Amino acid sequence: MYEFTLESPSSAAEAVRLAAGGATVLAGGQTLLPSLKLRLANPGQLVDLGKLKEWRGICRDGQSFVVGSMTRHAEVADHAELAGAIPALSELAGQIGDRQVRAMGTLGGSVANNDPAACYPSALLALGATVHTTRRKIAADDFFTGMFSTALDAGELISAVSFPIPKAAAYVKFKQPASRFALVGVFVARTDAGVRVAVTGAASCVFRHAGLEKALSASFTPEAAAAVKIDPSELNADLHASAAYRANLISVLTQRGVAKARG
Amino acid sequence: MQVKFKVNGQAVQLELPANTLLVQALRDALSLTGTHVGCDTAQCGACTVLLDGRPVKSCNVLAAQAEGCEVGTIEGLAGADGSLHPMQAAFKDCHGLQCGFCTPGMVMSALDLCQRHPQASEAEIKEQLEGNLCRCTGYQNIVLAVVQGRVAMAAR
Repeated sequence: MYEFTLESPSSAAEAVRLAAGGATVLAGGQTLLPSLKLRLANPGQLVDLGKLKEWRGICRDGQSFVVGSMTRHAEVADHAELAGAIPALSELAGQIGDRQVRAMGTLGGSVANNDPAACYPSALLALGATVHTTRRKIAADDFFTGMFSTALDAGELISAVSFPIPKAAAYVKFKQPASRFALVGVFVARTDAGVRVAVTGAASCVFRHAGLEKALSASFTPEAAAAVKIDPSELNADLHASAAYRANLISVLTQRGVAKARG
Repeated sequence: MQVKFKVNGQAVQLELPANTLLVQALRDALSLTGTHVGCDTAQCGACTVLLDGRPVKSCNVLAAQAEGCEVGTIEGLAGADGSLHPMQAAFKDCHGLQCGFCTPGMVMSALDLCQRHPQASEAEIKEQLEGNLCRCTGYQNIVLAVVQGRVAMAAR
């Protein structure tokens, strides 16, 4: 790692001031630290959000759950009340990386990084979540703007994400066994606004699949999902899987997700 | 920068560069060399320690992130008289190691696993040990050791 200075502010205002001044934000560090060790980045200053206790924790707010941005994946996975209301979300958190990664990695870090194969962005998109920042509230549909890019402005930090409780939901992930990221992951949710299907790992950014959503809104069955043809032309192809293989996985995982969500 | 935390119950205060990893603080500054650096890329889990009771890869955590925390390492497990912790004893009994390099990380992970999942099945143990790699054993005896250690911990 190159040398840097590190600040650990105990107030959100100070964290915002440092980030606006150009400091690189350290949440859990499970992606940032490996990239620093490889010298892929050379930040002069890190601002560690670890002391912002008000950004860590889970609470129910009416028909939603509000999860603080510094809440660790393991804490989301272990939260009994959340697991009762949105089991798909706690199961998703319990499948990220491995136990050690889940003990450090944070919701806010994952969402702000918007890795094309990360799990959390699919949950935000499928559940119609809202990202709370230090400046505003951003609907998930407007948040994920492209590969590793989001609607966040410079110096704007995520404080929490609120997840509306769906009627039913499931996340099914086909793991890339070495990285443990999603080769493809599909989050299916039946909500008051209809069925939402979000896909991660398959393209340059998480996306909703309009064809699957239309078919499943008409008939929430694995058969309805199976009848939808998935176009591979915009999907990723790499040494792990061709675009056609990923297209097939989207279909199969959606069918499994619907079956799981139906119980 | 100054960093303060507790290691195996003892308060420590260190003056370290900000880019010091937790594993470097443990091994180089505190001479606690039981925690191993295997891959240094957060894959293998040989450097696993407990941070406020949760297993973390100490090669993927800054020492500064441990500020104010309780750090548990393999050196903190055995009794003052040298008697092994039940999980250590189970690894010995079951021959849950060959070269032993991954063992400190395996034991620290297994401790947390068995405390949080006291009824874990063999399949769950295999899944939950995903963050720890062993290049010698084929894992059979490691899983046996964790099962035996879990039973011994529950009986303690």
